[in-house]
Amino acid sequence: MADLSINLAGIKSPNPFWLASAPPTNTGYQVQRAFEAGWGGAVWKTLGDPIINTSSRFAAVNFNGQRVAGFNNIELITDRPLEVNLKEIYETKKRFPNHAIIASLMVEPTQHKWHEIVKRVEDVGVDGLELNFGCPHGMAERGMGAASGQQPDLVQAQTTWVKEVATTPVIVKLTPNITDITVVARHAVKGGADAISMINTINSLAGVDIHSWNTIPNVGGQGAHGGYCGPAVKPIALSMVAECARDRGVGIPISGIGGISTWQDVVEFMLMGATGIQVCTAVMHHGFRIVEEMIDGLNNYLDDKGLASVTELIGKSVSRYSNWGDLDLNYKVVARINEENCINCNKCHIACEDASHQCIDMLTNADGKAILQVREEDCVGCNLCSIVCPADGAIDMVPVDTGAAPLTWNERQKVISSLNGSYSEVEVV
Amino acid sequence: MEHSFPLTAFTPDMFMRNFAEAEPPLTHKGAMDESNRCLYCYDAPCIKACPTSINIPSFIKRIATDNLKGSAQTIMDSNPVGASCARVCPTDELCEGACVLNDASAPIQIGLLQRYATDWAMNSGVQLFKAGTPNGKKVAVIGGGPAGLSAARELAREGFAVVIYEAKALAGGLDTHGIVSFRLPQSVSLWEVEQVEKLGVEIRTGVKVGVDVSVDELKSNYDAIVLAAGMGYVPPIGIEGEKLAGVYDAIVLVESTKTGIPLLELMGQRVAVIGAGNTAIDAATCSVRLGASNVKMVYRRTREEMTAYEFEYEFAKQEGVEFNWLTLPKRIVGDEFGNVTGLECVQMKLIEELGKDGRPVPMPIEGSEFLIPVDAVVIAIGQKRRLDLIDSLGLVHDRGVVKVDEATCQTSDPQIYAAGDIIFGSGKGEAMVVSAAQQGKDAAHAIVKQFSGQQDAVIRSAG
Repeated sequence: MADLSINLAGIKSPNPFWLASAPPTNTGYQVQRAFEAGWGGAVWKTLGDPIINTSSRFAAVNFNGQRVAGFNNIELITDRPLEVNLKEIYETKKRFPNHAIIASLMVEPTQHKWHEIVKRVEDVGVDGLELNFGCPHGMAERGMGAASGQQPDLVQAQTTWVKEVATTPVIVKLTPNITDITVVARHAVKGGADAISMINTINSLAGVDIHSWNTIPNVGGQGAHGGYCGPAVKPIALSMVAECARDRGVGIPISGIGGISTWQDVVEFMLMGATGIQVCTAVMHHGFRIVEEMIDGLNNYLDDKGLASVTELIGKSVSRYSNWGDLDLNYKVVARINEENCINCNKCHIACEDASHQCIDMLTNADGKAILQVREEDCVGCNLCSIVCPADGAIDMVPVDTGAAPLTWNERQKVISSLNGSYSEVEVV
Repeated sequence: MEHSFPLTAFTPDMFMRNFAEAEPPLTHKGAMDESNRCLYCYDAPCIKACPTSINIPSFIKRIATDNLKGSAQTIMDSNPVGASCARVCPTDELCEGACVLNDASAPIQIGLLQRYATDWAMNSGVQLFKAGTPNGKKVAVIGGGPAGLSAARELAREGFAVVIYEAKALAGGLDTHGIVSFRLPQSVSLWEVEQVEKLGVEIRTGVKVGVDVSVDELKSNYDAIVLAAGMGYVPPIGIEGEKLAGVYDAIVLVESTKTGIPLLELMGQRVAVIGAGNTAIDAATCSVRLGASNVKMVYRRTREEMTAYEFEYEFAKQEGVEFNWLTLPKRIVGDEFGNVTGLECVQMKLIEELGKDGRPVPMPIEGSEFLIPVDAVVIAIGQKRRLDLIDSLGLVHDRGVVKVDEATCQTSDPQIYAAGDIIFGSGKGEAMVVSAAQQGKDAAHAIVKQFSGQQDAVIRSAG
C-alpha cells in the first residue's frame, strides 16, 4: 500500500486530492462532508466582499450522448459574509486537524485590503492561502480576478503585499486567459509566491439556443461570458502546468487544476510537474464520493508500478516535454492495419483521404474479403487514422528505421545558416 | 444452435462445444462502452435490489477507469461468490430490473460487467483479500456451497479459524456440481473456492458430517457451527414405473456433465422432464446438448406458477425445449426389457382455491389421460431435505426447513447457525445463489458479534 501523503510548499495533506475553490467548497457543511468522503484538502470558495449571484448560472457542453464533457459558470466569489465563512473554517479545522484547508482570497488591488484579509483569515487557523487572480467574469470588470491575473506586475505587487504579512504558505492561482502563462508565473515567484496553482477557468460561451435564440446560460434573456472547465479543458491545463514545470524561472511547486475526474488524470498532472491537484467539475457532476474511486485506482496503480509514495511521480515526464524545434524530424512511424481486428467501418480511409495524405486504400483481398491497407511509402505517420479508428488493436503506429541520424529543426537551421553566409539570423523555434 | 449430430458418435469435441459457456463475454470495447453508459447514481436502486448489496455504481466506475482489481474487490467484498452470481443471478428481477435507465433507454448490463471484472480477477491470479489476525476462535462449517463458502470467507477475514466439512470430492456446492456448464463453468466456482482457501480456511472434502465425523465432535471442538448443507437429490415421485431403466434424477444428470461421465445414452432419445424449476430447465437443456432428439417439459401447473427464472425459460425455448403446461404424469410405461417407452399423463385445470404456499391448486380433468412416447424420463420435482443431519443436530425445523432468526440466521441451538437452501422453503425466501451468499455473511457477522463481546470482556479484565 503506497503512501499518498504530500507536502505542497509546506502544506501537509494526507493525499493529493483537494477540492478547488468553487461551489462545492462554499460552506463548512460541504467541506466537512468532503473530508469524510476522503478528500485530503479543500480550497475554500473565494473570500472577499460578498457579491450577489445570478439565476441561472451554469451550463454544460454535452458531447454525443456523454454528459458534461465541459462546464461553464457565471457564478462569482462567496455571497456569504466573511465572519460566517471564518467561523465555519475555524470549526472545520478543529474537526479535521490533519486535513489541509486553504482560503482563497480576492480583494481590490490595494496593500491595506490585502493585509487586512490575510490577517483575519490566518487568525482562524488555515493551512495556506490561495490568491485568486483568475475569475474571468464578474470581478474582472472591477479590476480583480483575471484583470489582475493578466497583468504580471499586478500579480507580483499583490503577491508581495500578501507575503509581507502572511505566516502560512501562499499559493498564487493563475488564469489561462493569457498569452504566456510562464510570464505571470515568474512574476508570482518574484513576488514571493510559495507555490502556484493553475488553471482557473477559460473565457467561454457555452452555447446558443437555436430555437429561442437565447444564450446558454441566460439570465432573463441576456447572457455573459463565463468560465469553462471540466474534462474538455484538461489538455489546456496540462500544457500550462507542464510549461511552468519546465520553466527555469518558475521552480516552485504546482497545484494542478483542470478537468481532473479520474485517477489517471491525477497521475498525468503529477508526472507533468504537479505536486497535488484540485477538482471541481467532477464533484459537481457526481458528488464527493467520486474520490473513493480515484483513491482506489491510484493506490492500485502505485502498487502495480512498485512505487512506495505518490510523490515519486512528481515531474517524471517533464524532461520529455520539449520545444517543437528540438523534436527529431528524422523519427518516423507508419500506420499498420491489423486485419483480424479491423471491423471495416472505413473511417480510417476517409479521414486519410480527405484530411491527410491519401494513403489508405479500400481493397478486396484474394479471398474476396474487403480489407483496408496503408501504402507505407506514402504514409507520413500523422496517426490520424489510429485516432478515428474505434476498434481495439486494429491500427498500430509502428516506428520504422529511416537510416538517417536524428536531426531537429533548430539544428537544421543552424547548419543552413552556417552554409549560407548571407543568413545571419537563425529561426529557432 | 444446430442439432445436427450424427447418431453414431458423440465425440469429446462435440461435448466441449455444446457445454462451453453459451453466453459470450463483453469485449474490452463492449465493457468500456457499457460501463461509461452507467450514470453512477447516488443511493442507486440496483444496490438495494442486490441481495448482497454490491456497490454496483462503484464497481462499474472502476471498470470505466481501468481499475479492474478495484472493481473485482468491490464485487467480491460484498459477495464471495460474485463470479458465479454474475452468470446465474436473475438480473432482470434484481439489479438490472431496478436500473433507472429501464424506461429512459435500456438497463445497464450489470451481470455482464460483473463477469468482465471477475473474469479479469480469475485470469490475473490476484488474491483479493487477506485473513484477519487470529482471534483464537474456531468455527465449523457444514457444507462448502455458496452459503458455507461465504460464511467461511467472512469469518476468516475476522480472524476465525475455519474448517469446512464438504461431503463431495470438490467444494462449491451446486455451483460446482448442479448448474449446467454452459451457464456456469466449473472453473468459476472452483476459483471462488480457491479464494476462500487462500485465506487459510481448511476445506475437508469427502467428509460427511454424521457419517465420517460425528455431530458431537463438532459441537465439542468448535466455538460455533454454520450448517450450510443445502438439500439432497431428487425425492421419489411416487408414480408407477419410476424404477424403470431410463428414469433419471435431474441433479444426477446435470452433475454427470460437470464431474464424471455424462449420460451419453440420451443421444437420439426422446426425453420428458417432469418439473419446471431451474433444475428442470437445466436438465432439459443438458439433454438437448447431449443429443436428445426431442425434449419436453411436463409441469402440472402453468407458466405463471413456474419457478424457473424468466431468462432460463427463454433460453430453454431457444434450445427447442417444448413446454407442456397443466400436465400431470400418472405413470411411466415400459417394455418387456424394463426400458421406458412412454409417459402417461392427465390434463389439469387450476381451481380457485389457493394452496399453503399461496399458489392455485391444480386438479385433474376426468378422462383426459394421454400417452407421450418417450425413451427417457428425468425427474426434477424438487430436492430431498437433510432430515437425518438436522435431527442429529437437534434443531427445530419444519419438514426439513431449519428454523432460524431472520436477521442472525441463528437456529434453536445458540451454538449453531444455518444458511442457504437448508433454510429455504415454506414460502420463505428465495433459493438463489446470491441469497445463500448473503445468509452465509449474516451468519458469519452474527458469530463475529457474538464473540467480540467476549473478547472485549477478556481485554478489560486483563487490563
